[in-house]
Amino acid sequence: MNNLNVSVDLPQAPVGSLASVPAGPPKITVRDLNFYYGQSKALKSINLTLGLNRVTAFIGPSGCGKSTLLRIFNRMYDLYPGQRAEGQVLLDKSNILDPKLDLNLLRARVGMVFQKPTPFPMTIYENIAFGVRLYEKISKSEMDDRVEKALRGGALWEEVKDKLNASGLSLSGGQQQRLCIARTVAVRPEVILFDEPCSALDPISTAKIEELISELKEDYTIAIVTHNMQQAARVSDETAFMYLGELVEFDSTSKIFTSPSDRRTQDYITGRFG
Amino acid sequence: MASEHTAKAFDVDLQELSRLVAEMGGLAERQIVDSVDALVRRDVALGRQVVALDVEIDKLQHQIEERAVLTIARRQPMAVDLREIVSSLRVATDLERIGDLAKNIGKRVGQLDGDFNPLKLIRGLQHMTTLVQSQVKSVLDAYAAHNLPAAMEVWKGDEEVDAICTSLFRELLTYMMEDPRNISFCIHLMFCAKNIERIGDHATNIAETVFYMIEGQQLQSPRPRGEPSNFAPVAPGN
Repeated sequence: MNNLNVSVDLPQAPVGSLASVPAGPPKITVRDLNFYYGQSKALKSINLTLGLNRVTAFIGPSGCGKSTLLRIFNRMYDLYPGQRAEGQVLLDKSNILDPKLDLNLLRARVGMVFQKPTPFPMTIYENIAFGVRLYEKISKSEMDDRVEKALRGGALWEEVKDKLNASGLSLSGGQQQRLCIARTVAVRPEVILFDEPCSALDPISTAKIEELISELKEDYTIAIVTHNMQQAARVSDETAFMYLGELVEFDSTSKIFTSPSDRRTQDYITGRFG
Repeated sequence: MASEHTAKAFDVDLQELSRLVAEMGGLAERQIVDSVDALVRRDVALGRQVVALDVEIDKLQHQIEERAVLTIARRQPMAVDLREIVSSLRVATDLERIGDLAKNIGKRVGQLDGDFNPLKLIRGLQHMTTLVQSQVKSVLDAYAAHNLPAAMEVWKGDEEVDAICTSLFRELLTYMMEDPRNISFCIHLMFCAKNIERIGDHATNIAETVFYMIEGQQLQSPRPRGEPSNFAPVAPGN
């Protein structure tokens, strides 16, 4: 492409546009999403898609709306009065925002891992079995298999296989977080949401979880909110940059971090913001 | 250019890289001029000085590499910062090669013998050198100022350098065929002309690096080139 007449200024990408759809089929499609905390509009006309079996990262300064957006995918905001969403969020063909939707079933399909590890005050075994039992009635031996499979899925099995009856709280921070991931995959979700999963962890635990995310995407669609840009660059396929409730830019991760289209994205990722 | 980094030390790192590249560029430009001066005036001392000074250019390249690697390790640069650092490495490589080419010209000064002083050829070489030196200066200014149009002018301007080189080669061939005693000097001159032409190519490499640094992608088009510097067969006695 001979482009000798280009101007040097970076163009502003149109706000809220479906700038670049990820390769492959979408798992979650967001159309004209607006979100309100009472009267305050926290998300403005968001349009994007999360690709099937892809990792999508959400980055942006504090207060930009990335965690708010994540919590719409499993209707967490329903727990709080005065918070409402308008628009369309499709999980395959079902609209997540439909008031008639079974929220428990939704949250089985869309799992979440939080910043602070939240193991139940139960044994490691029970941490995993608890969720499975809510949805399925299976025999002890089947449950043993599910627990093992889940713990393997959370890259934790080898470390805890001899102490499944120990309390979940006796594990280290990194192990607790992997227990939470194991607990999430035990109920066989389709989508896993990670809200700053490594913020409270040391670098080695962080590396193990990032490695785990790369493996998990073979079977799940993943969305991750992170303050750590290098992490977003390492683990994700697509990255969304948000600012003041708007989706500023959404593109392949390699493009965003080497040559973003929007100046605001560039300023943020190069540390020129603020 | 964009505003400053929140981490001021990052700006300092990038500015230092720029300064080192500018210093290396200035040195390389001087070497180009001095090497051809030495050749034309058969100034052996100046030729030796050019050879000796090449060590300084190499040292600067090493400093730039070290600085760039350290900045990458410390800052995990992204986007334009990353491209700027990678570009400084590329430009340093091109400048180091320019230095080597000038040094090779300087080396030849001591090997010239005889009184053969073909004015036309020497003028031709000087003209080409002035042009190339101006290309190098312009492209380094464009690099420092992040000036894409100026870099692209240099990129297109190499066509003229190639054309002069081709014309010089033809002249040299004529002189050599006229009198075999001219051959030794003409061969030296030919190598020097080729070196100057190669310096011109490195200037266009730098222009392509400026394009990459600003646009975030490689320049895809083939560069406009002058005629290839081959020898057209000439019948004896012509």
